[in-house]
Amino acid sequence: MRDVTLCFFLIFATALAQLPPAAARRIDFRNDVEPILRGNCIGCHGPAAQQSGFRLDDRASLLKGGNSGKAAVVPGNSEGSLLIQRVAGMPGVIAMPPVGQRLSREQIGLMRAWIDQGVSWNAAPLASAGATAPPKSKHWAFQPIVKPTVPESEPHPIDAFVRERLRKESIAPSAEAPRNVLLRRVSLDLIGLPPAPEELAEFLADTRPDAYERQVDRLLASPHYGEKWARPWLDQARYADSDGYEKDWARPYAWRYREWVIEALNRDMPFDRFTIEQIAGDELPAATAEDKVATGFNRNTLTNREGGVDNEQFRFENLVDRTATVGTVWLGLTVGCAQCHDHKFDPIKQKDFYRLSAFFDNLEEVDIDAPIPGELGPWLTTRAEYRAKRDALLKEYHVPELQPAWEKDMLRAGAHPGERTDWDLAWDCLLKLTERGDGEKIMRKDPVRRTEREQEVLTDHFVRNYHFAIGDKKYKELKFDELDGKLRELYKSYPQLTQAMTVADDTNPHPTFLRVRGDYKNPGIEVQPGVPEVLPPLASAHPKRLDLARWLVSRENPLTSRVTVNRVWQEYFGQGLVRSSADFGTQGDRPTHPELLDWLAAEFMDSGWSLKHLHRLIVTSATYKQSSRARPELDRDPNNSLLARQSRLRLPAELIRDEALEVSGLLYPEIGGPSVRPPQPKGVSELRYGGGNWEESTGKDRYRRGLYIYFQRSTPYPLLSNFDAPKSNVTMCRRLRTDTPLQALNLLNDPAFFEAAQALAERVVGTGDFSRGLTRMYELALDREPIEKEASRLHSYFEQERAKFGERSAWTSVASVLLNLDEFIVRE
Amino acid sequence: MNPDKTRRDFFRQASIGMGSMALAHLLAQDGRAATDPLEPRAPLFPAKAKNVIFLFMEGAPSQMDLFDPKPELQKWNGKPLPPSLTKDLKLAFIKPTATVLGSPRVFRPAGKCGMELSDVLPGLATCADDICLIRSMYSEAFNHHPGQLLLFTGHTIVGRPAMGSWVIYGLGSEARNLPGFVVLASGNGTSGGTDNYASGFLPSTYAGTVLRSTGDPILYLSNPPDCSRERQRSRLDALRDLNTMRYAATGDREIESRIHAYELAFRMQASAPDLLDFSKESPATVDAYGVHADATRAFGTNCLLARRMVERGVRFVMLMHASWDHHSEINKGIVKNCGATDQPTAALIHDLKQRGMLDSTLVVWGGEFGRTPMSEIRRPDEADNAGRDHHPNGFSLWLAGGGIKGGQVIGKTDELALNVVEDPIHIHDLQATILRCLGLEHTRLTYHYLGRDFRLTDVAGKVVNKLLV
Repeated sequence: MRDVTLCFFLIFATALAQLPPAAARRIDFRNDVEPILRGNCIGCHGPAAQQSGFRLDDRASLLKGGNSGKAAVVPGNSEGSLLIQRVAGMPGVIAMPPVGQRLSREQIGLMRAWIDQGVSWNAAPLASAGATAPPKSKHWAFQPIVKPTVPESEPHPIDAFVRERLRKESIAPSAEAPRNVLLRRVSLDLIGLPPAPEELAEFLADTRPDAYERQVDRLLASPHYGEKWARPWLDQARYADSDGYEKDWARPYAWRYREWVIEALNRDMPFDRFTIEQIAGDELPAATAEDKVATGFNRNTLTNREGGVDNEQFRFENLVDRTATVGTVWLGLTVGCAQCHDHKFDPIKQKDFYRLSAFFDNLEEVDIDAPIPGELGPWLTTRAEYRAKRDALLKEYHVPELQPAWEKDMLRAGAHPGERTDWDLAWDCLLKLTERGDGEKIMRKDPVRRTEREQEVLTDHFVRNYHFAIGDKKYKELKFDELDGKLRELYKSYPQLTQAMTVADDTNPHPTFLRVRGDYKNPGIEVQPGVPEVLPPLASAHPKRLDLARWLVSRENPLTSRVTVNRVWQEYFGQGLVRSSADFGTQGDRPTHPELLDWLAAEFMDSGWSLKHLHRLIVTSATYKQSSRARPELDRDPNNSLLARQSRLRLPAELIRDEALEVSGLLYPEIGGPSVRPPQPKGVSELRYGGGNWEESTGKDRYRRGLYIYFQRSTPYPLLSNFDAPKSNVTMCRRLRTDTPLQALNLLNDPAFFEAAQALAERVVGTGDFSRGLTRMYELALDREPIEKEASRLHSYFEQERAKFGERSAWTSVASVLLNLDEFIVRE
Repeated sequence: MNPDKTRRDFFRQASIGMGSMALAHLLAQDGRAATDPLEPRAPLFPAKAKNVIFLFMEGAPSQMDLFDPKPELQKWNGKPLPPSLTKDLKLAFIKPTATVLGSPRVFRPAGKCGMELSDVLPGLATCADDICLIRSMYSEAFNHHPGQLLLFTGHTIVGRPAMGSWVIYGLGSEARNLPGFVVLASGNGTSGGTDNYASGFLPSTYAGTVLRSTGDPILYLSNPPDCSRERQRSRLDALRDLNTMRYAATGDREIESRIHAYELAFRMQASAPDLLDFSKESPATVDAYGVHADATRAFGTNCLLARRMVERGVRFVMLMHASWDHHSEINKGIVKNCGATDQPTAALIHDLKQRGMLDSTLVVWGGEFGRTPMSEIRRPDEADNAGRDHHPNGFSLWLAGGGIKGGQVIGKTDELALNVVEDPIHIHDLQATILRCLGLEHTRLTYHYLGRDFRLTDVAGKVVNKLLV
């Protein structure tokens, strides 16, 4: 006890002792202080730069202070002035200057005396050497997009730009890939599935000059196009079917957002509209339910329901994530770096970060009824009956008598923490375990003013969690777990409306503050919504989310279009024209073909932001259609930055499975709907906190495409983790492609892939001789015939297998080899 | 200028270990798997430890009942602490006004060093001269998920690579037929879940592989039905020959590395079952780990597996035991958990030592934070219901082996176990020190992602030299 107090005292005493004494004489600002400020401070806190929003080149600014909102200097009180504490390096504050020589005791003494004597300023504002107001950045990505003139050398604009560069390097482009490779490539790229042998045959027989373009049109019109291209967007949207963090609860309606993305892409919704609806669909005039479903983009943030956590902290973490995500997805900037301090490399101030965050600070998470066609009628006609049965059940178990008293107790516990630890825990649960953590908000409403849904949420919570307040024994006597079961049964047996996770403007908006050092507990100055100052300004003086969304896709914004076409490009070539597709800032890569990038960006906008137009442009270029075969003379361009050939790209996780299901005839190609749970080994979802169960889908749902696989953040489906699918905690705009033994085990031994091999075998068993069967299998799996050497090697393997295990099993073995081939899992 | 290129040139020129590691990775990123990303690499400094066994006691064990005797608490038992001492405390569930809970445990000096340890740790007491006990750990997270992430990824928010991932990213692995970073679990699922051993933004090559206790020890390790090892071999032979033909046709070197991965997978199929086969261990050894006793079976098996993995060159073994989250009935809970873990832990230390492996194996034992001196009572009507809440401001943890100076106690908390008063050691300091034992410098083991260089210790961490030999 004594030790503790003594220790505190010592720390305090030492600190006081550290502050050098004030100089004991009259201070002349110009002679005594100005040289110190000029020599040590002005560089970062003057006209040229204002680190942490602070400048001290004139008296008013000095007194005002910086981002923390605290005065830097208190005239007459040097000891209490932040400026002195910092230059003296007192404990608990960041010492200044942060690098280089610190001020001497004498210098600090002079400054102390100056402050104690009233902060005189007998000089003009100080100017740092030669600097004036900060110039707008000269960085390439911040310059306006001007559509370059296309060189006239080639018929296709993309080829014109690419080949001009190749000519400069004296490199010849590669020849066009064989037609079967071409159709397989463009099919995998546009719809994520290989062409069926019949489709290929049709294409090979089509001698019309636009045969390829016709295939492109066919594929772009396929509803599978939306599925294929939804996936990279969902990576960026950090889409998942569960909350994340410890509890990682299910989000049964998250899929509504995924569905919206697929449909929007299939309709070729212009990308500007696509943007506006996701960021601010709810703010559109006369917003429809679908417009609101789009705002689910902002609901893919994580939810922490762990007992005892501070809800305010995780509200803040989500705000940071939403801000950083918009920065990465649309602006291609690492604005998240400015959460704690001004960006170290890019012209993004910490204040810019919080101004951008202000658009999302007053955003409320709302789950809405968003019935899918056919749901509303049955729901309306059965509602009264459902209500009556539910009320009767509640009455039977005395809920209407007990709940009001519990609510009173809980409100008391909330107001008087520490009175009863069991009630404190019950209160904490109310804040975490109701659907949106809004138990308290509902409880504070007069029961007659609660909506039917709110009352149901609160009562359900009461029934499930009353034991926290009264103990397990009494809870058991009330048989509330039995009641809970009956309520759940009842809920399931009546038609319910499908909901959607959306956002809306908070009805009680609050001001937004910069957070000093990014710490939510440390508010600094108040900020207004705005965009980074280095970029063109917003038109509106009081902008809302909708204004931000419109600004993002305005012609003046130099980033969104460049960033978007670059991300599309990287899906086709393995890397973008700007390799660092998440970072268009000064630390990122410069474009390999700047004019091509700008031409595509301008063309994209000119086309009315049509993604399908962009896809068609790229896949019809000779650059895209080149062979991917390596050429020795290209060794000096290992990244294929010059685009003198195509690249071989390993397929993403989902597509590897899709392809195996498709070629084996197992795929159930239904579009959209809730997520599915194909079989996975026991022990995978059990690694979740508290166990977790994986209710296997039955029937055809086991064979849906990979993008419909239920994504449990804490224990993802193994194939997805093995093949580099993102964990969906933060935005991801370029997947890595690794090559590991666990991937090999997955494809060799996973029962799902074995089943596909068996099914593929069944498609050729009985086709006659080996050679016919093998050709058929090659056509199905690889869209080509085997070459002589391959056929003979597989023939000996087949014979060896057949001798021991019979024909059917031998075909399965051959099929399994094909499904494991590098060629099978690679887009060539 | 292309920053990747600059970095690559830098690494190429640097003759020190980290260069080749990052180079291999960068080449892999370029789609040129010229080097195996898990190729063993020499560290930056001469290192004592080559491998790590992290015994993660999930849920936060109580320091006052295990490692840090506080007789003063007995005097305050049942009374609240003066508000002046508790006013700034931030706790998960209880309020600072909660009453104190004295520990019923008896502490005795152990080993030649005389380190005081609780009577529930008789096994560990026999290792006292080998372990370095820290009584002055602190963390800033007071909830499990953030706390575990801070401990294993250096940051409280999801998405960063785990310690084991950083280590194999830095050093590769000597194990050619097993993954370089293996995770073993006993007890319940953990709050941090797979995030505690995920590779974050590092390539998935560096993720921890779970050695499972049900079904296949490694996911998809066993062959499809009716497929013997010979049959699998001939399948792989055909596959390899066809892939080689494709390589000739395309010239893509990625195909070579795919062939390599399949061969490694095949070897793993043999070596994992061999790892699990204890028949060549002496019965005395198996018994020492408690493999045959109900209470110690799960954890003891994992400890023995950990030793066998380190023998086979696995770089980082993470062993999780859940849960020590004793909000209720802490006295019972402590006895039960120690009954499951103390003997196997001691057996592991003795076994490593006897085989001459302790000097090159760093063993770490600890949880994500500690527990409060005050009691938490969730069910007031039940006797002996008292537990303790989360407490990050001062807790205990120990290290032994590779590079660690054993037989010493570092740091001190105040008499009421509220705060550290001597030698405060933050989680980041611990991480920096663990990396140093492996010969890595925590400020230089970095990965460039989304605009900046990230590292395990975020922007902090100091190596604690007192812990080192």
